[in-house]
Amino acid sequence: MDQPNGTQQAAVDVPPTRRAFYIGFINGAMGLIGLALAAPAAIYLLFPPKLRKQAEWVETADLSTIPTGTPTEISFQRTRVDGWKVTNVKATAWVVKKPNNEVVAFTPECTHLACAYHWDDPSHTFVCPCHGSVFSIDGKVLGGPAPRPLDRFMTKIDTGKLEIGPVEPQA
Amino acid sequence: MRTIIDWLEHRTGVESAVKSFLYEEIPASAGWHQIIGSMAVFFFVIQVFTGALLAFNYAPTPGEAYNSVKYIMTELTGGPLIRGLHHWGASMMLIIVVLHMIQVFIYGAYKKPREATWMVGVTLLLITLAFGLTGYLLPWDNRAYWGTVVTTQIASQAPIAGPYLLRLLGSQGAVGNVTFSRFYALHTVLLPPLTIIIIGVHIYLVRKHGVAAAPGDTAPKRKFFPEQVFKDTVGIALAFIVLFAMAVIAKVPLERLADPTDTAYIPRPEWYFLFLFQFLKFFKGSLEVVGSVVMPGVAVLTLFLIPFIDRGPMIRLGKRTFAITFVLLAAIAWTGLTTAAVVTTPKNQESAEDTSQPDADAAVNAPASTAPALAAWQKLNPEELTGLGIFKKQGCMGCHPGAGQKGIGPDLTKIPAGQRNVAWLVPHFKNPSQIVPGSAMPPVDLSGPDLNALALFVLKLTPQNEQALQAAPDFATRGAAVYQMNHCNACHQINGVGSTLGPALDGVGLRHDRAWLEKHFADPPSVSKDSIMPAYKFMPMDMDAICKYLLQLPNRA
Repeated sequence: MDQPNGTQQAAVDVPPTRRAFYIGFINGAMGLIGLALAAPAAIYLLFPPKLRKQAEWVETADLSTIPTGTPTEISFQRTRVDGWKVTNVKATAWVVKKPNNEVVAFTPECTHLACAYHWDDPSHTFVCPCHGSVFSIDGKVLGGPAPRPLDRFMTKIDTGKLEIGPVEPQA
Repeated sequence: MRTIIDWLEHRTGVESAVKSFLYEEIPASAGWHQIIGSMAVFFFVIQVFTGALLAFNYAPTPGEAYNSVKYIMTELTGGPLIRGLHHWGASMMLIIVVLHMIQVFIYGAYKKPREATWMVGVTLLLITLAFGLTGYLLPWDNRAYWGTVVTTQIASQAPIAGPYLLRLLGSQGAVGNVTFSRFYALHTVLLPPLTIIIIGVHIYLVRKHGVAAAPGDTAPKRKFFPEQVFKDTVGIALAFIVLFAMAVIAKVPLERLADPTDTAYIPRPEWYFLFLFQFLKFFKGSLEVVGSVVMPGVAVLTLFLIPFIDRGPMIRLGKRTFAITFVLLAAIAWTGLTTAAVVTTPKNQESAEDTSQPDADAAVNAPASTAPALAAWQKLNPEELTGLGIFKKQGCMGCHPGAGQKGIGPDLTKIPAGQRNVAWLVPHFKNPSQIVPGSAMPPVDLSGPDLNALALFVLKLTPQNEQALQAAPDFATRGAAVYQMNHCNACHQINGVGSTLGPALDGVGLRHDRAWLEKHFADPPSVSKDSIMPAYKFMPMDMDAICKYLLQLPNRA
């Protein structure tokens, strides 16, 4: 059935002022309910989970086993908090030992789109196989789409062992 | 705006469809008593919305369900609110559906030609109950598990169909993976679209026959919008305020992880099934099936057939004394049975997370008031101290923070009696989820002696010493580890543990100093003439640790 103009129809039914009040109330109440549901939903989905305490520093290789001047990929176990699960996962880092025994540990992901890059010995650079980013031995971008130098893990040396900590915040 | 609406209207007819829905004519006698149906639809929408949100952070397997719910409740901002809305919304939806039904019943609105509308409505009531029943299992805590065990066993009592029902619910052996998956599938995959379809049919039928008018209502009809929609909205808004307040104020329970071996647990169904639970108690032995299956079955059938049992024409509300009396009696019976069930339920000792285990070690570890105060670590033997070192190194505190703090793992000072032994703990460390289904703990990859030490240490934890032990100095744990690694206990004794071939080392610091100890390790006969102890060459760090450790050992009381 085809309805004629709504306002004309309603005029017969309820007085216009009351009709306006009804419609205002309906819109207002439904709007508020919508807000009361949407806001918690947004918070629930977008806020990061409350942080859990976790051991941040992991003992890895003996410093003496890492060659000087050549990047070495070392792997170690670290706990990863993944939603409701805490798992022991294998992690890796590209470690460069300088002659003065100073150590830099790069995170193993390219800063472009997080592909795993590798050390290319002939060209003496880190090369990303995905989109061709190239990094120098100290992590600087030499080419390709990478937006910033390689990220680094915090490191410390305790009685000859290399300990790897969280990722350094970017400058 | 108008052009967009016109375009849409021309292409889809959506505007005239909405208008014909909103401007439907309803009798002049329609009013506040008819708002409950809309409220029921609103609550269904709330359940779908909050249910989808919960599903975003929920792992639907018995192994992980509990942990993911706990994650929602403890780690996600707004998680408890969303779960609260879903949990209390379920209860409120059921209340509203029943109120809607009572209203239709006492007004006699199920009479010809609205029999089909009524029967579809009864189907919706059963679906609402099915939602409650299947959703109850999903948190996979003790209450969920045991409630479902009882429910499935009741289903199995059904004449003829029983065994098949049990098989369909996947619970012949026990409630486990299969039952869980089926309940989850019913709750989230099958029932929601089914409900949408049946609500659609229900509303179609209401529209087809029109809203039931009071007998003798000959006044000119009115439009559904805006007056009746306004009344519906008032009802919806009030109910929503109640729901929101419940979700904020009332804590939704999450008990301990489902434990099929927990013999102390007292299972109870959700509150709206309590009357059935209590009713069952009237039937003993072979008659039990009458109370569990036959009578509820007959009641549901009667509910379906009410329009055919009461076939008279619609009459004024004031004259429906039989219907009103019937509703009142049913309400009294329901309240009585539910109250009886609540009153006769002993309080579960293991409710929620705040279990307090009587601690057998508390007396042993309480600081002795007579002796000089010892550090907590000084009361541990070397193996236990080694365990403490492993505990710290493995980062166990990340999940078991202790000192009353809430962590992802259980409070280690409150390990249940059945698990307070090395024989339980060590296999649990090696493969946590195999020993405790659903455990999120990562396997502890250590040698046998280390696992043993770790277990012995964990057993020593009490609420009193926990914090002090976690603060134990590194030289103590390291020194103890050196002591264990070099099997010093093969000859020596500390704290009553070890062999008596050599002298006991308790209080060795009162007799010797560091220089003496170091010399003794390097060449035992050089400082104690008749010593048969072999020489030990430690790395400087290990030497430092074991000396400091030994020198701080107290005399045995």
